[in-house]
Amino acid sequence: MMKLEGQIRIPSGCAIAAVISKEGKRFSGEMITNSMKPMHDRSNGLGGGFAAYGIYPEYKDCYALHMFFDERATRKNCEVFLKERFEIVKSEIIPTRKIPAITDAPIVWRYFVQPFKSLLDAMQLDEKEFVARTVMKINAEMKGAYVFSSGKNMGTFKGVGFPEDIGIFYKLEEYSGYSWTAHGRYPTNTPGWWGGAHPFTLLDYSIVHNGEISSYDANRRFIKMFGYKCTLQTDTEVITYIMDYLLRNKGLTLEEAASVIAAPFWSTIEAKDDQYDKEKHTFLRTVFSSLLITGPFSIVFGFNGGLMALNDRLKLRSMVVGEKDDKVYIASEEAAIRTMEPDTQNIYYPNGGEPVIIRLKDGVY
Amino acid sequence: MNKNFTSIAACDLDYQTLNEYLRQTTAPCHITDCCGQRYIASGFGAKQIIIDGVPGNALGAYLNGASITVNANAQDAVGDTMNDGEIIIHGNVGDAAGYAMRGGRIYVKGNAGYRAGIHMKAYENKFPVMIIGGTAGSFLGEYQAGGVIIVLGLNSDKQDKIVGFFPCTGMHGGKMFLRSSCDKVQFPSQVSTRKATAEDLAELAEHLTRYCELFDYELNEILNAEFTVVTPNSNNPYKQMYVAN
Repeated sequence: MMKLEGQIRIPSGCAIAAVISKEGKRFSGEMITNSMKPMHDRSNGLGGGFAAYGIYPEYKDCYALHMFFDERATRKNCEVFLKERFEIVKSEIIPTRKIPAITDAPIVWRYFVQPFKSLLDAMQLDEKEFVARTVMKINAEMKGAYVFSSGKNMGTFKGVGFPEDIGIFYKLEEYSGYSWTAHGRYPTNTPGWWGGAHPFTLLDYSIVHNGEISSYDANRRFIKMFGYKCTLQTDTEVITYIMDYLLRNKGLTLEEAASVIAAPFWSTIEAKDDQYDKEKHTFLRTVFSSLLITGPFSIVFGFNGGLMALNDRLKLRSMVVGEKDDKVYIASEEAAIRTMEPDTQNIYYPNGGEPVIIRLKDGVY
Repeated sequence: MNKNFTSIAACDLDYQTLNEYLRQTTAPCHITDCCGQRYIASGFGAKQIIIDGVPGNALGAYLNGASITVNANAQDAVGDTMNDGEIIIHGNVGDAAGYAMRGGRIYVKGNAGYRAGIHMKAYENKFPVMIIGGTAGSFLGEYQAGGVIIVLGLNSDKQDKIVGFFPCTGMHGGKMFLRSSCDKVQFPSQVSTRKATAEDLAELAEHLTRYCELFDYELNEILNAEFTVVTPNSNNPYKQMYVAN
């Protein structure tokens, strides 16, 4: 049998891109799909994916579970399990297009669900924690079933193939969102499978990542103590859980979370003039030392209402940001940004460890 | 557009096809609608190329005498391992510009990203020069072994910080001119810094003449400022790490 990730280690190269409308204006996925074309050579056809925010306004109070199943029987079994925990508001196949470039697709399904209130009360869990635990349980224990997206009013679309083909496969031009992220993958020694493509998500948090985390195992062991099971052994998965832990569990701000995972060097902290800033960075590095992510990365972190782009502190991967009107563009290469908007202004290159945070204007999503 | 130039619309071409077109003619070429094609003019000898739009990574890698002008920003690894020739960028460059170059010149009007001039070296009669008009990111001249890197900080509002963190890390050859007092810059212990002398300025003027011509600057205005010169303390700082034989 072909080995899946987790049985084989995969270092990866990659391409990332993102676009967001600060006004919360929704637009189709065609633009982000096209952005991946000039970066074609950064991927090798073993993974492509997208995250889209604001695409399910008609079901915005439901968690949208996007799932892969290896066969019909697995789906039927999983539905029995889901029905014990959720009211399933809608269940449908995710529409796809048959194209020669994409083959061996699993069953791709989506459920719009609401957790049973009685169950939440009985388990004394808040809704998000309940959903997160259910997702972890399915991914760790249910063979052949994989939840790859579980947020409200958002969804990810991913698979094995070049990203520009994956976008066509999932008919992204038919969706309309205010924020999109994209990833093209270059795993170098793995068969690659659909669940291993980026983005990696939990609830509405999604990560696309270009790089290779050398601290993966240290990070994984730490985060495991708080109930996060890394089931894929791809480094990116752990970033998603770290962000969930820092933001949802510990209540840090995005800026603080960025200072934890891409902490400045001690010498840089020492040289800071601002005493408050110095103490804060010292505190964050000391308390969350096991969550420092070392090795090269550039990531885009998506969430309901915004995006954050971040490079590792040594900036071992490239990242470019640009703006035009209400939109902000982020990509591994300027060419990708120019493909989305030829007339992009204020092109700049964020420093290593300097988060670029874009939030929607209040109340527009 | 100059009619002596062969015009190539790059919009739908992949990098291999684009480079094929460039090789098919000895005439100078003008590439339009460039968008991310990598390795343009890699290894090219004498030839003139003008590019409109953004060229992809490794522009002019292993360049061997050609002249490339880009009327926009360029991406990462411009002039990677170049041997001879000239690359002129009217915008910014991404990370690792002039990576391991050992000859030729790179002139950037705007800013450079991280690791500009990493592992730049000189070899026999080869002597690379890179001039950055704006500011440079962190790790400027990392492991620099030869040649000259000049950062001018023109149009920068932070005159005391025209380079990022950790410049000259592992530098063991060559020279750097920074148009700033560099009061707020931390240099590693294996390099020395000093104010430019009259002799230094004469050398600088030689390198800057072509730059000023290209980007329409007044040489004397640029020279009329404090320059910091950075050189390694020793030619062989890592001597103790190797067996003497």
